[in-house]
Amino acid sequence: MTPTCPIPDRITDRIELAHGSGGSMTSRLIERIFRPRFGNSLLDRGLDSAILPPSGERMAFTTDTFVVSPLFFPGGNIGDLAVNGTVNDLLSVGATPRYISVGFVIEEGLPIADLKQIADSMAAAAREAEVEIVTGDTKVVEHGKCDGIYINTAGIGILPPSLDLDPDNIRPDDVIIITGPIASHGMAVMSQREQLGFSSAIESDTASLGDIVHALLSVAPGLRVLRDPTRGGLAGTLCEFAAASGVNIEIVEDAIPINPRVSSACELLGLDPLHVANEGIMVAVVPPAEAEAALAAVRRSAHGADGAIIGKACAPDPEGGRVWLRLPLGNRRLIEPLAGDQLPRIC
Amino acid sequence: MLISPDSSAPYRDAASMRGLLQRIEAAVTRPWNIMEVCGGQTFTLTRYRLEELLPSEVKMLHGPGCPVCVTPAEVIDTAISIASRKEVILCSFGDMLRVPGTDGSLLRAKAAGADVRLLYSPVDAIKIARENPGREVVFLAIGFETTMPSYAVMVEKAAEAGIGNLSLLTSLYTVPAAVRAIKKDPDSRVDALLAAGHVCAVTGTAPYKALAAQLNMPVVVTGFEPADMLLGILRAVEMLERGESACVNAYRRVVKEEGNRVAQEAVSRVFSQAPAHWRGIGTIEGSGMVLRPGYEHFDARRRWKDVKPAVCLAESSPCIAGRIMRGLANPSDCVSFGCGCTPDNPLGAPMVSAEGVCAAHYRYR
Repeated sequence: MTPTCPIPDRITDRIELAHGSGGSMTSRLIERIFRPRFGNSLLDRGLDSAILPPSGERMAFTTDTFVVSPLFFPGGNIGDLAVNGTVNDLLSVGATPRYISVGFVIEEGLPIADLKQIADSMAAAAREAEVEIVTGDTKVVEHGKCDGIYINTAGIGILPPSLDLDPDNIRPDDVIIITGPIASHGMAVMSQREQLGFSSAIESDTASLGDIVHALLSVAPGLRVLRDPTRGGLAGTLCEFAAASGVNIEIVEDAIPINPRVSSACELLGLDPLHVANEGIMVAVVPPAEAEAALAAVRRSAHGADGAIIGKACAPDPEGGRVWLRLPLGNRRLIEPLAGDQLPRIC
Repeated sequence: MLISPDSSAPYRDAASMRGLLQRIEAAVTRPWNIMEVCGGQTFTLTRYRLEELLPSEVKMLHGPGCPVCVTPAEVIDTAISIASRKEVILCSFGDMLRVPGTDGSLLRAKAAGADVRLLYSPVDAIKIARENPGREVVFLAIGFETTMPSYAVMVEKAAEAGIGNLSLLTSLYTVPAAVRAIKKDPDSRVDALLAAGHVCAVTGTAPYKALAAQLNMPVVVTGFEPADMLLGILRAVEMLERGESACVNAYRRVVKEEGNRVAQEAVSRVFSQAPAHWRGIGTIEGSGMVLRPGYEHFDARRRWKDVKPAVCLAESSPCIAGRIMRGLANPSDCVSFGCGCTPDNPLGAPMVSAEGVCAAHYRYR
């Protein structure tokens, strides 16, 4: 007697190990969930690799892995985060994002409805950023071996011939611009994770920032460097800029945009908003003559309405560049990168 | 700019802070040492770098105001030993997890496989105990008068619900007894005290009135915003200059004379006074709180009396936390400050919490 195949011909309501086996359940998952959402001419060929057309231009290539708890938070979920994060990493070097790969590690038991919602968000984020998801992979691990779902994305973008954005380019008197309020993403995730029950939700700022970057590149040809201050926050990014360029950077506390609810939440938990993660803002450094035009361009762009000039590059420092924060009373203090994890305080 | 419209904005206003600084300048004629005993106030002083803006006559001493700093290594060692038992879920507040015991921290025990959880409210431990009936939930209950009421509520709720798998490893401190001990030290440099506003919001001002009378020293109940702190310092300087030694309340928008009666009653139903060991300072009579008879079955030290701390040597030698907290030294006097001892690699507790005096000075140096 021939044993019958135990794999049921259905999409169950939860992810099972067989969904990652590479067999027919994997195919059905791809056909029913991923292809209808991500489909494009490159992906639809279904080859082991996507074959990209020649571009004849310089290319930027990046990868990032997304591990976030909870998977869903006010303002977004791990899906749009995974697309926007890689898109923004490409944009940070001035590249136009083109293609994205997606690797899923899914925990057995994840509701299929959650996966659909995550895939929906990824598709929407990809559409908004005008990138195509051209290749992917799915693995399923046993219950307890992963926290719902992990997503890796890699991305390829094309780069104008002479553009070279690098913190090394920063010169004294250059102006520091931030494109939106800080610390929203980190506090949205933390308040959701710990169910802090703030009276009104703090929303993540997750967004792809193509609009802002294109606007900046068109009005500020002297743009020195761009970076999205994700983990480690604004402080981490500015400390990297100062260390790489050897010039001191001074920012003005009162000039840094922050949502008052975010600021109160940080205070309550004893966290410094300068160290809290962002997912939808950029820090740009521009020559002084281009600063006003750059700020105006940022403010006209999607996600850039609260953009602000927050400080400037100062003299080179023989001991290595450092970052200073100008305080309300005119004195200043040193800003350092975060040590370890930010842990909420006791009282 | 989106920063301002919250209720604390007036107490961060640059113009009113400048006005207070000028009044302090005008009032002071001689050197004075003023001690604050609250980590939140130490944090504000360093975050806004207020010390460098004060007239040179006014020196701030940073007293034992951070619960993370005063909890002895033995408590951490005991917590680590208990946490390493398979059946235990050990819960505490965030920054407690990084405090070094004599060998490692709870964070390191967690990395090695112990079930250590970070909570925001002790009452959440009841839920964890309910959800894990086969396991033992232990809450590392540290803190001052401000956190005690929530422990008391947790114990009463757990007792009422008949929860048997929950206990507290306590290390609880009361401020006035410690200030008394510090002030009575013959080497003491403390001329006036800023009492922590949030502590007084619970206890009321009576304990501090008694302290001011007994120690013949000005005491100012002070808030946490930079303008609150400058007002507290101004009131202290004015009293010092006039030779007065009263307790005044410079934080009236929060602190009521009688304090929070409900919280005081909850604490006294569950806890009673006891001697306590302060890290770096030593044992001070009447400066601690322990579970009252009737609630002893919630005492983790009883429940786990066979579990001895893995290591319990003399407290780590290079750290001068004790001298700093008694107002006898400053963080910069420590040879390890900023070189051997940093927030990345704390050698002593004051370098751990954001409100620890050394971490605050390091971060905002």
